Amino acid sequence: MSDGKQFIKGNAAIVEAAIDAGCRFYAGYPITPQNEIPEIMSWRMPEAGGTFIQAESELISINMVFGAAAAGARAMTTSSSPGISLMQEGISYIAGCELPAVIVNVMRGGPGLGNIAPSQSDYFQAVKPGHGDYHMITLAPHKLSEMYDYTFDAFDLADKYRVPVMILADGLLGQLMENIELDRSRKPALLDAPKPWALTGAKGRKGQRIVSLLMQQGALEKHNMDLNEKYSVIKRDETKFELTNMDGSPDYLIAAFGTCARISKGVINLGKAAGINAGLFRPVTLWPFPYTALKEAAKKVKKVFVFEMNLGQMVEDVKLAIEDSSKIEFYGRPGGGVPTAEELLEFIKGKVK
Amino acid sequence: MAEKTVYKKPDSLTDRIFSYCWGCGHSTVHKVIAELIDELKLRETTIAVAPVGCAVFAYDFWDFDTTEAAHGRAPVVATAIKRVHPGHLVFAYQGDGDLASIGMAEIIHTANRGENLSVIFINNTNYGMTGGQMAPTTLIGQKTTTSPAGRDVKANGYPIKMAEMLSQFEGVKYVERVKVTDAASVIKAKKAVKKAFMNQLNGVGFSFVEVLSSCPANWRMEPLEAKGHIDNVISKYYPLGVIKDIK
Repeated sequence: MSDGKQFIKGNAAIVEAAIDAGCRFYAGYPITPQNEIPEIMSWRMPEAGGTFIQAESELISINMVFGAAAAGARAMTTSSSPGISLMQEGISYIAGCELPAVIVNVMRGGPGLGNIAPSQSDYFQAVKPGHGDYHMITLAPHKLSEMYDYTFDAFDLADKYRVPVMILADGLLGQLMENIELDRSRKPALLDAPKPWALTGAKGRKGQRIVSLLMQQGALEKHNMDLNEKYSVIKRDETKFELTNMDGSPDYLIAAFGTCARISKGVINLGKAAGINAGLFRPVTLWPFPYTALKEAAKKVKKVFVFEMNLGQMVEDVKLAIEDSSKIEFYGRPGGGVPTAEELLEFIKGKVK
Repeated sequence: MAEKTVYKKPDSLTDRIFSYCWGCGHSTVHKVIAELIDELKLRETTIAVAPVGCAVFAYDFWDFDTTEAAHGRAPVVATAIKRVHPGHLVFAYQGDGDLASIGMAEIIHTANRGENLSVIFINNTNYGMTGGQMAPTTLIGQKTTTSPAGRDVKANGYPIKMAEMLSQFEGVKYVERVKVTDAASVIKAKKAVKKAFMNQLNGVGFSFVEVLSSCPANWRMEPLEAKGHIDNVISKYYPLGVIKDIK
């Protein structure tokens, strides 16, 4: 694919970003609504000189990513909600073994097999993932250019901290087509950074190992404390958010991520005509969550509206940030329901009368 | 009189003393692998994948690059490593709970894909690390902590023959079952593992060596008795020898 303006699907933007970021190992298993990713990867990755494997399950995908990352490659897998549930085992090992890896979740409705409509019901399993005390950097795009940019950046973040990084998108962002401007001259900052921990063969050195099993008295506790130290740095340096219409002295604040943030921008525009002056707080990183910035933004408004395509997941972090829960109003649509801007504006109107 | 070195520890073993139970086959197989890697001069180009189970500690004893894998997932971790480093020797070392139970999908698909790597499968007919529970490989009537009255085929089915099963796949080039109960059988086992490694180095494809291995502690036997149990009982159900060898 060439430079410049492209009219492409969200799922295709993820593929291009991964290739441009130097990802040379991809394993994935079919699941709607992310199938374009393995489909395009199946020819795009070999073209770039990397390895594409159609894994035989999501367990196999994530464990292949574990192996490729251990061997020093930039590695990625993608899936959708039920598949991500299966990957939680491997993600925990990746975190425990301090391996860099990128996992894309194009969320769909749940629980169970659910449906294939866009949803945000995996917020919890992204920011509060599997077993053990660990975190996963979680980036939430809300437009196509961010599907590209966040995926591109995810590889550097993963390498910088040796952590799993999740792109938390949804079926709408995966299937949507938009014009995006691609700058293919951008080079990933850490692509050529040495990985002395990687398994490349014990040439001129002792054999080294990648493990999360630490049985000696106190060793695992220390490992967790070391991880926590790293997480503190990530919280300090990598927390990101976007503000919209905050310099227009809004009366109300909407807090939303991903597709709901996108719809909320429509709510702000519609609200202007209806005498509702609202701003938007959009967390870019769901973990680390921008607690402090949200707390500050919320001080300036009468109410904080939290909109999600689930029955209330991010709202728990909003409550932790704002503390004064009486200010918070939540509206959510579960099971693949996508709210319209009009619907959300009506909800606001009903609460501010 | 000048002293002459007639035997020394392989360079591919660390100085750690094996922590396996007495009579356990793991230490023997670990050493066989380390000797081969020395002999083939592959210490600097080997990457191993350790299982979950007793042999998870293999990386304490091997002095070459080794990673752990989640329970049963070693073959697919090895697949990815081999694809990233196609010129390296990559092998997975797995027990029977790991490979024949929770990791069944991983071993079958790795074999069926014909990945050019080696899998060393330690079959001691039970889950050793967790205290001797029934495995898919547990013999009919064998008492374990989860089959205290003996494995009952009505409830638990039959012991699974992994080597025979994997030999059915087109992508599998070499399958042999060996034991490590005496010097002669250890030499045979070493030849089998060498063949598996050489197949990989020569690009022949997927090779699988099943090792019948003692677990005296969980079998509630003295080591010598356990050795006899392999010679006289286990190897009758799991016959030794080359099952498949495609050049």
